[in-house]
Amino acid sequence: MTKPVKIQVNALSVYYDSHRALNDVTLPIYANEILAVFGPAHSGRSTLLRTLNRLNDLIDGILIDGQVLLDGDDIYAPAMDVVALRRRVGMVFALPIPLPGSIRSNITYGPRLSGTHDKGRLDAIVERTLRQAALWDEVSDRLDEPAADLSGGQQQRLCIARVIALEPEVILLDAPTSGLDPISTAKVESSLQQLKKDYTIVIVPHSIQQAARVADHAAFFLTGELVEYGTGQQIFTNPQDKRTEDYITGRFG
Amino acid sequence: MSRQTTQKLAFATLTLLAVIVVLPIVLVVVYIVVQGIGAINWEFISGFPRSGMREGGILPAVIGTVLLTFGAAIAAIPLGVGAAIYLAEYARDNWLTRAIRLAIINLAGIPSVVYGLFGLGMFVLFLGFGTSIVAGSLTLGLMTLPVVISTAEEAILAVPQSFRVVSISLGGTRWQTVREVVLPQSLPGIITGIILGLERAAGETAPILFTVAAFYLPRLPHSIFDQTMALPYHLYVISTQVPGMPVRIQYGTALVLLVLVLSMNVVATIIRSYFRRKRQW
Repeated sequence: MTKPVKIQVNALSVYYDSHRALNDVTLPIYANEILAVFGPAHSGRSTLLRTLNRLNDLIDGILIDGQVLLDGDDIYAPAMDVVALRRRVGMVFALPIPLPGSIRSNITYGPRLSGTHDKGRLDAIVERTLRQAALWDEVSDRLDEPAADLSGGQQQRLCIARVIALEPEVILLDAPTSGLDPISTAKVESSLQQLKKDYTIVIVPHSIQQAARVADHAAFFLTGELVEYGTGQQIFTNPQDKRTEDYITGRFG
Repeated sequence: MSRQTTQKLAFATLTLLAVIVVLPIVLVVVYIVVQGIGAINWEFISGFPRSGMREGGILPAVIGTVLLTFGAAIAAIPLGVGAAIYLAEYARDNWLTRAIRLAIINLAGIPSVVYGLFGLGMFVLFLGFGTSIVAGSLTLGLMTLPVVISTAEEAILAVPQSFRVVSISLGGTRWQTVREVVLPQSLPGIITGIILGLERAAGETAPILFTVAAFYLPRLPHSIFDQTMALPYHLYVISTQVPGMPVRIQYGTALVLLVLVLSMNVVATIIRSYFRRKRQW
């Protein structure tokens, strides 16, 4: 049985000035699943991710054509509240970027901006999100220390906790483990398996192996084109397109 | 000449030039301290001038300069920091922003006596503030603006772009991002710029000449619409306008002005180095 579609991308093309970064992409993103968007550099993976929460709006000279439907609503419609959208579709970046300040203040940043100031509620959010991101046991006794003092792996899990604190519906992860050691990577991946019970997850994996480990569905991109889309099982064991097979088996990339 | 010899010669010449640059600063300070230290005592700092300013203290001038510097700060900070935030965070590159930047650059190039005349026409006469602390403060504040704007903009632009992207991605509006992340992180740089600008304003004579400074007013100002004595103008007066003025009083006054300005400089340096150590990026 198929799960409900959370995000439907329809005929999406993205241009930076005259350069085309995505060409006519159509794909569904199912609720409570992990979609792995993979491919070589400049294949349009990150562009796709940043289109889903309109973070591309910050770039001058960008042109977006096509539709992105979140629960059936076009997020590029003029009536869309972009700030609210970014709370529903949270993002974790390739390099962990803690905001200046403590571990606690990083997590409460989003809730405070949207008007939660009650100390008890904020404390509850801090504990819940750190547990979900598998970081609580390591930092529970030093929540008020600078977030920048954490190790890289801890910082990235803090960034995940920070996004969960927004109570989003979708979490986008742009190569979240690219700067991490294998042990930290394993921790992040296992927390993703927990998180998909509550959230829809789109990840740009930092390796094919990672894509194969985490993906419920997978989409292979090459120079802005969606080459192949299918379940993780099918893509990584029985790719239909020659280019997908060549990439997965390491013939290029 | 071999390349090594040329190299040594160039190095020696440049070292010499650098030393020559430092020399006048050291000489000025040493000379003023040596000549003026004899005049410094409690009465000089806390007393009113007597006997045609040839005796007594310089309290009204010290208080006047402090008030004018504060007034200039009140005028320049909101305007300058606001403009800097606009230019750094909101402005797109179009004819309006280019015109604003051009205006700021030109503002910095206007001679201070011209600011004085403008202050006289605008604040003293047209707006009817009279020769007053308000008029003088506004004139000094105007003169400080370009320094405040350019240093504040630089400090704001130095905050990593990634912080802005993260804040926006966490559901922050542009203004929330500025308020919560950008301003706190650029504050030390902004404050340093403000102090450096005010330091220059504190020592200026021309802008206060027509707008506030009193030749001889041996009392403290009653309100912000009152005139006041001020250190730079007082120094000018006792150096050129009063016959039989003891030299140590002149240099004592210069020393007080110097200490006032240099201590602002020290405060700016302390703020900068303190926050640089605390900074997490």
